[in-house]
Amino acid sequence: MSVPLHFQSIAELSAHLAARRISSVELTQAVIARTKAVEARVHAFNSFDEPDALAQAAASDSRRAGGQSCGALDGIPIGLKDVIAVSGQPLTASSKMLANFVSPYNATVTESLQSAGAVLHGRLNCDEFAMGSSTENSAFGPAHNPWDLTRTPGGSSGGSAAALASGSAIATLGSDTGGSIRQPAALCSLVGLKPTYGLISRFGLIAYASSLDQIGPFARTVEDAAIVLGAIAGHDPRDSTSFKTEIPDYRAELKLRRGPWKLGIPKEYFGAGLDPEVGAAVEKAIAYYRALGCEIREVSLPHTRYCLDAYYVIATAEASSNLARYDGIRYGHRSKDAKDVLDVYQKSRAEGFGDEVKRRIILGTYVLSSGYYDAYYLRAQKVRTLIRQDFLNAYREVDALITPTSPIPAFKLGEKSADPLAMYLCDIYTIGVNLAGLPALSLPCGFTAGGLPIGLQLIGQPFREADLLATAHAYEQAHDWHTKFPSL
Amino acid sequence: MAAPSDLNIDRVAELSRLALTAEEKVRFSAQLGSVLGHIEQLSKIDVTGIEPTAHAFPLHNIWAADVARPGLAVADALRNAPAQRENMIVVPKVME
Repeated sequence: MSVPLHFQSIAELSAHLAARRISSVELTQAVIARTKAVEARVHAFNSFDEPDALAQAAASDSRRAGGQSCGALDGIPIGLKDVIAVSGQPLTASSKMLANFVSPYNATVTESLQSAGAVLHGRLNCDEFAMGSSTENSAFGPAHNPWDLTRTPGGSSGGSAAALASGSAIATLGSDTGGSIRQPAALCSLVGLKPTYGLISRFGLIAYASSLDQIGPFARTVEDAAIVLGAIAGHDPRDSTSFKTEIPDYRAELKLRRGPWKLGIPKEYFGAGLDPEVGAAVEKAIAYYRALGCEIREVSLPHTRYCLDAYYVIATAEASSNLARYDGIRYGHRSKDAKDVLDVYQKSRAEGFGDEVKRRIILGTYVLSSGYYDAYYLRAQKVRTLIRQDFLNAYREVDALITPTSPIPAFKLGEKSADPLAMYLCDIYTIGVNLAGLPALSLPCGFTAGGLPIGLQLIGQPFREADLLATAHAYEQAHDWHTKFPSL
Repeated sequence: MAAPSDLNIDRVAELSRLALTAEEKVRFSAQLGSVLGHIEQLSKIDVTGIEPTAHAFPLHNIWAADVARPGLAVADALRNAPAQRENMIVVPKVME
C-alpha cells in the first residue's frame, strides 16, 4: 500500500509537485483533512487558518504553473510552534497572557519559509512560554502522543512533534532551550534538530531564556531536516546574536560527507535513571556505527551532573527578566479589577501566567536578587564554562557524541505534573548541549516492547550541522524506523 | 551558599510583581525548596579562577548604523493594547 500524502516526506512530495502529479492545493487539502480527522484526539494546534493555508497553496501552484517555483519547500505545509510570529495570525505561547494577541509582524524564520514557498499552516501547541517537557503546561490543554494518546508527546514543542507524527503537517518548527525539540522528536519517532546557538535568527521568537533558545526543525527524515535547515539558517541583522557564517547546501552535503567518524560515548549519559529498553536501543545504534567502520571511544563529560542545576539557575534568571515585559500595559492580559499601576502588574501577571511560569519567574527572581546573585547566578555561569569546556575537550578526540535523547520513553499525561523536579529530570541528556551552544539532533532508533518510540541523540561541533546531519543520515539509510507511522 | 529555607516567598513574589494566593505561596515554596535543594550541588564545585559564560560563543557589541527605518504603524502597535484612546494606551492613574 502506498504511503498517504500526509505521511510522505518533503523530498517525496516535492518530487510529486515538480512532476505535477499533485498540486499544493491537493496536498494542503489532504493535510487539512487529516488534521480535522485526528485533531480532537491529538490537540496539536492552538489555532488554524484553513482559508489562509489554501490561499498560500494556490499561490504556490500559480508560481509553479508560471515556471517560478522556489524549490523543495514550495507548496509544502509546515506548522510553526506557537511562539513564532506570523503577521496577522494569533501568537499565544500557549498562555492566557497572550490568548488574544495577534502578531503585528513576522519572525525572520517565517519570512524565510515564506520566501521558500512553504504553506505556513497552523500554530502549534506547546508548554506555556516553552517551559516544560510534556505540553501539560499549555493553558489550552496538553497535546497527546499519536503513538499512545494517553501519553505526552514531550515538550515543550510537543504540538510540533504531535502534528508531524500524526500527519497534520509535513514538517514543523519548534524551539529548543533545554531539549524542547529533541525530546519530543524522540518521544514521537521524528528527526528533531537543535542547531548551533546563533545559526538561526530568533527575531520574532517569543523569548524564554535568550542565551539558550534556538529555533529548529522537526522532520520525518534527516534529508527533510537538512532541507528545512537550509531555508532558515543564516545571519540576520535583526538578531544581534545571529552569526555570520557560511551556510552550506545541507541536503547536497548529506551525500558528500561520508564517515567513518570518530564517535564518543559520554559515560555519564549511561548511568542510573536510563530506561533499560532505551539504553539497549542506543547500544544497538552504537554497534551499527561500529560495524560501519566508525571508531567508537568512551569519553567523559565530568560536569554532566551539574548541567540541570546550572540550567535551572540560568534559564529561570533569564526568563524572569524576559517575562517582565508582560505587565498588562501595552499588550497581553490586563486584570479587570486592578486599582492602580502596581495592581495592574501584579494581578495581570497572576491571572495571565500558569503555575510553571510563575515558579520559574520566582526562582529566577530569587537567584538574581540582592545577596544571592553570586551564590547562584554567577556561580552557575562559571559552572557553565566548565560544562562547555568538557564538550570542547571531548571534541579533541572525537567528531561527534552519541547519547540517548531522553532517559525514558513517553510517559503518561499527569504522571509527573505535580512534581517539577521529576519533570526537569526528563531533560538531563539534552540540557548540556544548550549550555554549551552546540548543535544536536534526535533521530528514531527503535521502539519499546510496548510500541513507544526511542530517540538517539547525536551531538556535533559548533556550526558543523552538515557533518552532524550526514552522520545521522548514515544511520537512517540502513534503518526503517522513519517508515513506521502511528495508527490513529 | 544560602540554604533553601532562605526563599522568602512574600519578598520574591513582590519583586516578581506576582500577586500569589496563600495556597500558591505554600505550594510553590515547597516545590521550589526541592528544586533549590538540588541546585545546592553547585556549591560543591571549585570555581576559583573560572570565568563566567554568558553566551556559548563570545559575542561583543554589534553596531548598526543610526538610520531611521519604518516601524510599526500606530494601528498595528495599538492592536493588542488592553485599552486605548486617541492613539494612546490607557493606563490607571500613576499619581494622585
